[in-house]
Amino acid sequence: MSTEAKFAWTPENEAAAQAHIAKYPEGKQQSAVMPLLDIAQRQNGGHVTQEIIEYIGDYLNMAAIRVQEVATFYTMYNHKPIGTHHVQVCGTTPCWLRGSDDIMAACKKTLGIEKGETTADGKFTLGEVECAGGCVNAPLVSINDDYYEDLTPEKMVELLEKLAKGEDVKPGPQNGRQTSAPLGGPTTLKAFVGKGKGA
Amino acid sequence: MLADKDRIFTNLYGFQSPGIDAAMKRGDWDGTKALIAKGQDWIISEMKESGLRGRGGAGFPTGLKWSFMPKESDGRPSYLVVNADEGEPGTCKDRDLMRHDPHKLLEGCLIAGFAMRAVAAYIYIRGEFIREAEALEQAIDEARAKGFLGKNACGSGYDFDIFVHRGAGAYICGEETALIESLEGKKGQPRLKPPFPANVGVWGCPTTVNNVESIAVAPTILRRGAAWFSGLGRPNNTGTKVFSISGHVNNPCNVEEEMGIPLKELIEKHAGGVRGGWDNLLAIIPGGSSVPMLPKHICDTVLMDFDSLREHQSGLGTAAVIVMDKSTDLVKAIARLAEFYKHESCGQCTPCREGTGWMWRVMERLVTGNAEKSEIDTLLNVTKQIEGHTICALGDAAAWPIQGLMRHFRDEVENRIDTYRAQAAE
Repeated sequence: MSTEAKFAWTPENEAAAQAHIAKYPEGKQQSAVMPLLDIAQRQNGGHVTQEIIEYIGDYLNMAAIRVQEVATFYTMYNHKPIGTHHVQVCGTTPCWLRGSDDIMAACKKTLGIEKGETTADGKFTLGEVECAGGCVNAPLVSINDDYYEDLTPEKMVELLEKLAKGEDVKPGPQNGRQTSAPLGGPTTLKAFVGKGKGA
Repeated sequence: MLADKDRIFTNLYGFQSPGIDAAMKRGDWDGTKALIAKGQDWIISEMKESGLRGRGGAGFPTGLKWSFMPKESDGRPSYLVVNADEGEPGTCKDRDLMRHDPHKLLEGCLIAGFAMRAVAAYIYIRGEFIREAEALEQAIDEARAKGFLGKNACGSGYDFDIFVHRGAGAYICGEETALIESLEGKKGQPRLKPPFPANVGVWGCPTTVNNVESIAVAPTILRRGAAWFSGLGRPNNTGTKVFSISGHVNNPCNVEEEMGIPLKELIEKHAGGVRGGWDNLLAIIPGGSSVPMLPKHICDTVLMDFDSLREHQSGLGTAAVIVMDKSTDLVKAIARLAEFYKHESCGQCTPCREGTGWMWRVMERLVTGNAEKSEIDTLLNVTKQIEGHTICALGDAAAWPIQGLMRHFRDEVENRIDTYRAQAAE
């Protein structure tokens, strides 16, 4: 028997859940199962439980097994606790061509864990993700909600060390380039450069 | 090279704000009401005239697709669904369109939704694109606040809203019927067709699923005219296209170019050339992981459009160019894709569920050379038994990269088997 408190929405998450349900036509609240699982996972510190699956089933008036099917079909729902920083290395061909094996090796060595494991202090979980969809900024890793791109093993180690110390890290390209523009500056639309993000 | 004045995505790299004021300065939401006032038939006819073919991979004519939607409702509402489940290895263009130029997509949703008489659009974005989904949500809030969306959108008299639905990590949801299942809150397993989505789509209602780029280019096409768009590129392969250039180039990037640009020019002008020079090129996958690779001698002259690439038994796909120089272990590159498809098979159809894993295991042995040469033919035979024998195209997508490897580099695979044998004999 679990001794943990029973799962229930926080007031903010209840409101967020209702906002998602309202996106879909009347009676089609099952469509909200994916966003609700995501909200519940975040509320629960990074993973979903059987209790959460049943709670959402009740909440959306759908059979718990249907929620379970969704929760196990999609890879972004975790079924066991994960670390504060969920480091997922993209290893699909475009990233592999640009050295993702070395990024993974750097992660394993720095964190002292293998793929699928969590560090003893609970700070890091290491995983591999299938094509993250940032291929022109390869190699990249996702850490929680952000992508860290254009990595080298050295930059990767630096990132992990900063995160371990609780320091701020900057998402996006780690080599100074502007998003997906060529390194050194765009070959097109130069008139649109330099007006800054606030323009 | 495409002139800047003919580029649609002027904030592709996000040098400027994605916000609505900056977007309007760039020309978005300009005269939207007047475009809508021209009516559904005019919009669809212009889209057909423009020659726009779907930018998600299959290249189906966009205007024609819109025309399949019912002109009169039988009581069921119609829906536009935008496929933003970008995940085809090599492809990362829609990400930029959504985070840097989201208002083009939103205005496109309104116009396309009106043209197909839809009551709302759902943008299905891959779960990992959290920041991109936030950018879309913010853009939607901005557009609603200005009255561009919602009741009487843009003062057109038409009510229309847009919602964002995040996926949760399943490549298969890029397949339109799997996407629809997922939007209904189910596992993303493709549906048998017919019925087609235009007849029975999401929640049993008429639905059209379009790629982000296909929708986002529509307002500009309608403002500048079908003739402008069809004047770019080549017949049957018109307009501009956002290319993603990854792999062994000096400066990987996304760039909008004219359809039909020579592959070599695309790489040398925008991506800083192949690492080590053009002669260091080994092979290129020209349209995302699913399309067969091309050896250098074809890359020397091939044009980047649907028909040119098809002539060489490959395809434009999503226009994601994956460049591999002479240092590449091509067998391993394709084995990694085989692993990807094994991981992403939804498990519904036996040839795909069993076949993708089987192909991956054989590919892994071919990487080391620990195989019989006859297994190459067996493998090719299996790819043919998967291709065309599954509900959706994931089976085909898993088969084609292997076929492409063997078509052009079979010698390399056989040499590796010989080398393995020779070493084992010592």
